[in-house]
Amino acid sequence: MGKILLVDITRCNGCYSCQLSCKDEHVTNDWSPYAKPQPNTGHFWWKTTETVIGTVPKVRVHYMHEMCQHCDNAPCIAAAKHGEVYRRDDGIVIIDPEKAYGQRHIMEACPYGAIYWNDDLNIPQKCTGCAHLLDNEGWTEPRCVQSCPTDALIYGEEADLKDRLGEFEQLHPEYGTGPRVYYKGLHNKFFVAGEIFDSVKDECLEGASVTLIDAQGKEVSTLKTDVFGDFWFERQEPGMYSLRIEMEGYPTRTLEAVDATKIDINVGSIDLAG
Amino acid sequence: MADTIGIELPGVELEEGEHVFTNCAIGGAVFVHVKDGKVTKVRPMVFGDDDTPAWTIEARGKKFTPPRQTSLGNYVVSMKGRIYSENRIKYPMKRVDFDPNGDRHVENRGKSGYVRISWDEAFDLLESEIKRIHATYGKASITGCTGSHADFGLLQYKMGPFGRFWNMLGYSTLSDNPDSWEGWHWGATHAWGYYWKLGISDNFDMLEEALLHTDFLLFWGVDPNTSAGGYNGQDGCRWRWWCKELGMEMVFVDPWCNYTAAVWGDKWLAPYPATDGAMAEAIAWVWITEDTYDHWFIENKCYGFEDFKAHILGQEEGGFARTPEWAETMCGVKARDIYALAREWAQKKTMLCTASIYGVSGACRQPYCTEWARLMVLLLAMRGLGADGCNTWGGASMAPPMDMSFRFFGYSDVGWDTFGIAANQQAKNTVKQKTYRILLPECVMNEKTEWIGEGFCGNSLEQQITRNVCPLPKEEGGAPIHMIYRQGGSFISTMTDTNRWTRMFHSPNLEFCVTSDVHYSSETKFYDLILPICSGFEREDICELGAPGGYGANDMGANFRVIIYMQKCIEPLWESKTDYEIYCELSKRLGFYDEFTEGCTITDWIERVYNASSMPKYMTFEEFRKKGYFVVPIPKPDFKRAVSNKWYYEDRECDVPDHNNPLKGTFRAKMMGTPTGKIEFTSTFLDEHFPDDKERPVKVNYLEPWEGFHSEFSEKYPLIMETPHMRFSYHTHYDNKAPWMDDIHAHRGMKDGYAYWPIRIHPQDAYARDIKNEDIVKVYNDRGSVLCMAYVTERVKPGVVMAYQAGAKYDPLEPGKEGSTDRGGCMNLLTPSRMVAKYAPGMVSNSSNVEIEKWED
Repeated sequence: MGKILLVDITRCNGCYSCQLSCKDEHVTNDWSPYAKPQPNTGHFWWKTTETVIGTVPKVRVHYMHEMCQHCDNAPCIAAAKHGEVYRRDDGIVIIDPEKAYGQRHIMEACPYGAIYWNDDLNIPQKCTGCAHLLDNEGWTEPRCVQSCPTDALIYGEEADLKDRLGEFEQLHPEYGTGPRVYYKGLHNKFFVAGEIFDSVKDECLEGASVTLIDAQGKEVSTLKTDVFGDFWFERQEPGMYSLRIEMEGYPTRTLEAVDATKIDINVGSIDLAG
Repeated sequence: MADTIGIELPGVELEEGEHVFTNCAIGGAVFVHVKDGKVTKVRPMVFGDDDTPAWTIEARGKKFTPPRQTSLGNYVVSMKGRIYSENRIKYPMKRVDFDPNGDRHVENRGKSGYVRISWDEAFDLLESEIKRIHATYGKASITGCTGSHADFGLLQYKMGPFGRFWNMLGYSTLSDNPDSWEGWHWGATHAWGYYWKLGISDNFDMLEEALLHTDFLLFWGVDPNTSAGGYNGQDGCRWRWWCKELGMEMVFVDPWCNYTAAVWGDKWLAPYPATDGAMAEAIAWVWITEDTYDHWFIENKCYGFEDFKAHILGQEEGGFARTPEWAETMCGVKARDIYALAREWAQKKTMLCTASIYGVSGACRQPYCTEWARLMVLLLAMRGLGADGCNTWGGASMAPPMDMSFRFFGYSDVGWDTFGIAANQQAKNTVKQKTYRILLPECVMNEKTEWIGEGFCGNSLEQQITRNVCPLPKEEGGAPIHMIYRQGGSFISTMTDTNRWTRMFHSPNLEFCVTSDVHYSSETKFYDLILPICSGFEREDICELGAPGGYGANDMGANFRVIIYMQKCIEPLWESKTDYEIYCELSKRLGFYDEFTEGCTITDWIERVYNASSMPKYMTFEEFRKKGYFVVPIPKPDFKRAVSNKWYYEDRECDVPDHNNPLKGTFRAKMMGTPTGKIEFTSTFLDEHFPDDKERPVKVNYLEPWEGFHSEFSEKYPLIMETPHMRFSYHTHYDNKAPWMDDIHAHRGMKDGYAYWPIRIHPQDAYARDIKNEDIVKVYNDRGSVLCMAYVTERVKPGVVMAYQAGAKYDPLEPGKEGSTDRGGCMNLLTPSRMVAKYAPGMVSNSSNVEIEKWED
């Protein structure tokens, strides 16, 4: 048991308040023995990034948030031979800023790249889960969570949040480190989108039936196009697909080789009259 | 002198030595933690057990309740870095080669270095220059202004001591143009009045209205996830998520896939900049030809529809039908998408999410944007403005349940003297002469400059047609401009065609110029005298969260009304002072100190404002000063909602609590603020005053932009650049201050240790120019050139490039040289000085023809 953090990317509006509030909390503030000050720039104990997905006009921005995963089997703890890194009862993993002096291998042990090197202080540093606030100042959540304007970040007891974990997953579970951060909406699944129209009438075709078929020929999903003739198959497993488009009064069309193995795909405008 | 606080700090003590203070930034109310005299953190204000409970809206089987805390604009979270920024102005500085008694070397402005001087020397220089200019030319020879929105507050901010001091002394007022919503101001006023809101509808109880009734949110030329960080913080982001939870469809019309569209858009439609009006006319064509508009509303609540109908159908002389097919050739949006949008809008209960403090900055700042804004109103009328769920909702960011009967003030409630809220005597300017913000260089440099309108024309439509000239004749007290006093901010970043300002600074007419500011901004180092001002956390003030007051009164976009005693969290850093202190000293030297101060310290003034408000009913001044904030109780259960414009739809007297609506309580109380009292498809006001104007015609008419897509400049400069308001700064007030902001790649891109301003360009356009992602590029046209970092992205359509308005950094490769290439990110060097239309003197920043090439130094 202990604390966990849920990051619901589907609710994130990308304001970076989490990243900025982490800097506000830790830059120029010495929270020893939890952490020494974070450098003014260059460290991202909380790192927000944005990726543009799709093509005009089916475009979205996908946000990602990376920070210490406070792993149950933390490689940094294993790499620290003399207790320089430890896990607390609430699951928060702390690098002791005094003991870890000069030990670059602690930083290098993290498969998530969540530990940064402080050149001035010669120590490895990372997210502390704002343990200094939780322990001493009556806080129930870290700064990043308080600053989120859309409730995309949820922090609490694992037992209390267990029921909500259904749609959440861990980042790189294959590392086997037992992360205590859970994500919803990771960019490991892709959309397949497009538009159906009639070039003769120059009309968007609403209500066309579009079926997504995977490489094994299995029909994954069927949906109807909206008023703009648009269809979006959200969050599909990476892979090759084909699309079958059916609409009364038009010959059925099939679109082969829709490649969503690595990226979200906008197949563009499909003309049923053409 | 003025400020007696400092020894006995109010605020809450946490542990030994650590205090929590209250304050309010331009983007949200905050708790400020201070230890050993230094700010340690700045965070959202979290309400206590004794504060009001949160409201709940029940809609469609769901309950929506906000958290009992404030949210912050993202840049406000960088406040600590901003306060201790290396770019703070630390000491009074004089341009090294400025000799008031000898050669002033005006030609070296922007190039020369500075020398530190004492405050006494600075005051001596100010006093002697003001007296000299008064004696030589007269009071009208000095003009000045404040910057928009650096810090917040009633008494120490934009419209506080500056206006009181200069109005008492007498000076040439610099009229502001409505820079963020030009089209609404110069256009929409002629369709639905609302001149007392500068062309924008009021917004009351709109959140509940939308959650109860609306199916479809149409965001046209707005990006609320970006602009809503200002004033109220980001509370509206949560509301838009609620809308999504209720299954509302969200469609975005914007040449670039903005930050709201990019997360919530069900559809992104991208017209070329300044062609939105064609799309709007085509929507009207669909509704007319398919007969899907609200006939009752048109017949009973509108004027001039038949002429409009003839225009849209092409039945007027020389006319042609405004079909979606025609619109496609204008705006690039597929005709079939325009049909689909028109039909969806006709079918669903729709909020047009534009036109408010959060519905600004995009399509309303383009050539002939008056016509687009008028068309937005007319389309709303064709749908029955004010019917259940059909309305205009500013950026889906306005009007939660709020008790507006609690009396408090906004910073622009008393024009240019907020002290006037509580003063025995308001300051009145005796100088008639004015200058106009976007024409300030001309006012300084030219023998005669003319313009029309009063800038913010909030008192009447007639204010839009006054004719102004600078200088006024001598017999009317006029004088050429020889001195500028600038209280913060930067024109070089924020106005248009801003190489004009370099020219102005080099003009020998400008004998003396002084700026007082917190940070070095784009144009600070052009001034002869630079005065260090403390930040909003280093002085006391009072305010209501996000309340602009005046023409923006009741434009509330936060979950709660919060009245804040802005406590002084730390001592002024370095040698900075408050503007009030500066004006106190100057008024002493110029002989009107008693009149200026009325014997009050700032704390006394705050208490006077407190006494004029509803606050005394709830807590004593000492309690308020100590606690630092008060959350106005939420409306009682029997509270009667009054939704904007619904009264008009239902043919009732206006019942929204807008005390500025001059028609309320008169025989016109059921009317709109147009001459006919109806929504005017044909403007009777324009017919009376500009019957032959082709650029803003009596009958609304889409016109191809004079600059932009398919314009005369397109061959030489084929890319159309949009420069909307920023996501990671507020005007120039947060960029180039806290280095944390430069860590955000979407804000600035680092290359070889330099933080470049990004410009977004489509892969096709980049490929054609051999530009790769993150290359440094030169963006240029005949007006200037700026080095940017190219972000090659699908977020703009081919032919369109987008760079935010401007950074707070002007970094010319050849300092002081007019037209030098800049690498700081002043995109406004490239925007045109030509105004919206002949009689619509607004600025145009979202449709500039540019070319881009790879920069190889």
